[in-house]
Amino acid sequence: MSKLRYERPVIMKLETGMPNKFGTRTEYQPMTHIDGVAVNSLIKEYGSPLFVISEQTIRNTIKKARRAFENRYPKVQFAWSYKTNYLNAVCSIFHQEGSWAEVVSGFEYDKAISLGVDGRKIIFNGPDKSEEDLTKAINNDSLIHIDHLDELYSITELTEKLNKRPRVAIRVNMDTGVYPMWDRFGFNYENGQAWDALNKIMQSGKMELVGLHSHIGTFMLSPFAYGIAAAKLAELALAVEAKFNHEIKYIDMGGGFASKNTLKGAFLPGSDTNPSFDDFAEAISSALINSNFKKDKLPLLILETGRALVDEAGYLLGSVISNKRSSTGRRNTILDIGVNILFTAFWYDHKITPAQSFTQYTEDTCLYGPLCMNIDVVRESTNLPLLNKGEHVVIHNVGAYNMTQWMQFITLRPNVVLIDPDEKPHLIRSKESLENMNGMEKVPSHLAKFNK
Amino acid sequence: MKLRKNVAVSEAGLLFNPVTGESYSINPIGVEILNLIRDEKNPAQISRVILDKYSTDQATFEKDYHDFISILEHHNLLESHEETKA
Amino acid sequence: MKKRKLNIAVTGLNAIDSPGPGVSVIRALREAASFDVGIIGLSYESLEPGIYMHDLVDRTYSIPYPSAGIDTLLSRIEYIHDKEKLDVIIPNFDAELYPFIKLEPKLKTMGIHMFLPTLHQFEERHKVNLNDFGKKYNISVPKSKVIYDLNTIHSLPSEFSFPMIVKGKFYDASIAYSIEQVKSYFNKISAKWGLPIIIQEFIHGTEFNVTGLGDGKGNTIGAVPMRKQYITDKGKAWGGITISDEKMLDMTRKFLKNTKWRGGFELELMKNKDGELYLLEINPRLPAWIYLAVGVGQNIPEALVNLAMGEKVLPFTTYDVGKMFIRYSWDMIVDRAKFEQISIYGEL
Repeated sequence: MSKLRYERPVIMKLETGMPNKFGTRTEYQPMTHIDGVAVNSLIKEYGSPLFVISEQTIRNTIKKARRAFENRYPKVQFAWSYKTNYLNAVCSIFHQEGSWAEVVSGFEYDKAISLGVDGRKIIFNGPDKSEEDLTKAINNDSLIHIDHLDELYSITELTEKLNKRPRVAIRVNMDTGVYPMWDRFGFNYENGQAWDALNKIMQSGKMELVGLHSHIGTFMLSPFAYGIAAAKLAELALAVEAKFNHEIKYIDMGGGFASKNTLKGAFLPGSDTNPSFDDFAEAISSALINSNFKKDKLPLLILETGRALVDEAGYLLGSVISNKRSSTGRRNTILDIGVNILFTAFWYDHKITPAQSFTQYTEDTCLYGPLCMNIDVVRESTNLPLLNKGEHVVIHNVGAYNMTQWMQFITLRPNVVLIDPDEKPHLIRSKESLENMNGMEKVPSHLAKFNK
Repeated sequence: MKLRKNVAVSEAGLLFNPVTGESYSINPIGVEILNLIRDEKNPAQISRVILDKYSTDQATFEKDYHDFISILEHHNLLESHEETKA
Repeated sequence: MKKRKLNIAVTGLNAIDSPGPGVSVIRALREAASFDVGIIGLSYESLEPGIYMHDLVDRTYSIPYPSAGIDTLLSRIEYIHDKEKLDVIIPNFDAELYPFIKLEPKLKTMGIHMFLPTLHQFEERHKVNLNDFGKKYNISVPKSKVIYDLNTIHSLPSEFSFPMIVKGKFYDASIAYSIEQVKSYFNKISAKWGLPIIIQEFIHGTEFNVTGLGDGKGNTIGAVPMRKQYITDKGKAWGGITISDEKMLDMTRKFLKNTKWRGGFELELMKNKDGELYLLEINPRLPAWIYLAVGVGQNIPEALVNLAMGEKVLPFTTYDVGKMFIRYSWDMIVDRAKFEQISIYGEL
């Protein structure tokens, strides 16, 4: 006779505010499969913890985003934000879906080139572009978004050396009613820096000013702020046209759209409240269409959305290492997932679901990672069903930033698997090994010997 | 080890402690264990009953059992240690 | 002719010292002339007194906190609807309005009616936006400024005179008499409720409240002004009296006409010594003292239900002036089994 599923015995005081059975019953559904592939079999084959990316979700999301903008604005181009997730497989999906590349370092630039991205479809952002980086970008005719005057002067010098006319834009920062204001990047709109930089570029005649760029913040919850930013960029573009009779080809609104994650301290879940692509598209498109651009002279609209396009497609699978109790009687559960691979646990309350069935009984649980570090907390407090040692959990919405900001710390980084639209898993990044790590190190000969 | 006198446990898993006025909710396996305690089974006997019925191993159950007992003690639902040793 | 019977679900059964409006709303509905009611209580916590008032509430179901998400709330309502065949839901908490407003179209397809402000109205009246709101609708509001950064505090004395009110995004307000106090309240309140902080002009005067109902087309269906006579340490009225003040009613009608407000509301007003009125806050739901309106001739909850059901509703034109409400508390005797029943099964 087969035995019943074991669940640890629990007793909970009835408190007035305690969630009842009904609440927990509907709040949690076990997530046994991702895109048709069993979580258990994924962990058996690829180990735990394990990042899983759904190709279908990425494709659906970028299509949804494109539709939201293309239904409202005639010329739209997405550029994949490499820093959000630069696994080659992930970038390739976006490039197949027609996205350009948006990079912020020489490393990311080379990654895009090595993937076969046409240099003319690479947008080079960020404050740190070396002379070598700029030379590459100029020779490939990439779009260089100038962040500061020193960069503007470097490019001016290079144009003479290389005898090229690079295509450039400037990054503009501005007050959009959202604070803190991101005024450390680019040239300020309100105090005239931006207008001054544009004049310098136009007057020098050595570069082709093709666009204007802004990136107003991160995890933005207000679509209106984008409307304000778009209107200000439109005004700048029209001023350039009026003064120099020069047409600005594109307006790049950057990224920063919030995903469906829930920020710590938020009262309502992000999946309910965070704006949709339609909300952002409406604000940006109407600001541009309502500006004074002539109907047939509307600039190309570029979007560098990262987080909102990939967060939902990423899952992190893990296992319960131990259940214990704190000195105050609180339930603590230790997972094999640490903040070194789940960086976003610092600012989100990630949704976490068990990967197997469970009863309606729950305990208020603090979820810890496996690191010997006090800050290694995955969720400070979550009402979780009773998990046994060795059972699995699925952490949702981890596709953005975790696979770029993760660090090799105490333990090695895990496998990353992509599930294709035919529900077939592919290993797209192997877990690290001791050999990988040691391979980069050298021990000076005088340190080689010690008493063993 | 004994449950305190007057502590009532319903089949639905409700426990009321008349001394403190607190009510508690217990999951089915917890009710099963309380009933075994009430029937004066010792930990080894309880462990055998549970391991026969549920898919778990002895180490896991014993750890959870002791945790459960410590919470019962924490809520003052068991006779004190001195009494139980006798 | 036999009156039709409506099954109405009501939240806010916490008739405690800082009371929710639910029990008052239910009393009003029980006295409705145009329909009979079955009352379904919706509770969040198992000690909300309304759960145990069986002469007012027929059955109660626990519902999940808004933080559990809209889908969870919807599936709970589907379950309740399946058993109770709801006609109307009246949410009474600010915090639950967002999910209910989002669910309104979906619930309508299920045959459940509500009469709530639009999401736009709900967001626009938020206190962070009060300044813009006043400008847009030409209603006097105390001058206020939203601040995010302690560094911007030093320019305040040139714009505001002391004392000034330092307010949190959701709750909390303190009166500051010096820049040092502003700083200290800024830190205290922002630590609790986050940024921004709202600095508001302090208006000396007397506080009044108006409750009412807008039909969503700009018409005033009901409006009753009241002065608080006794205020608890939580700032809640424990006694109040209806007054006759055309200026207040004018402001209310203007608010409804200009915003096309849909649903019940409570305006918090301040009248200074020169008799000028300022709008301090708009609560997007009926207040706990709504039964006073019923007592003076305007059964606003009844009218709200009829609007929700798509009936034509004639505006109330008069009310008794000088009638008072005096709140009291009442100890019910409740069997433990009932508490356990609602706690464990979420139904009573």
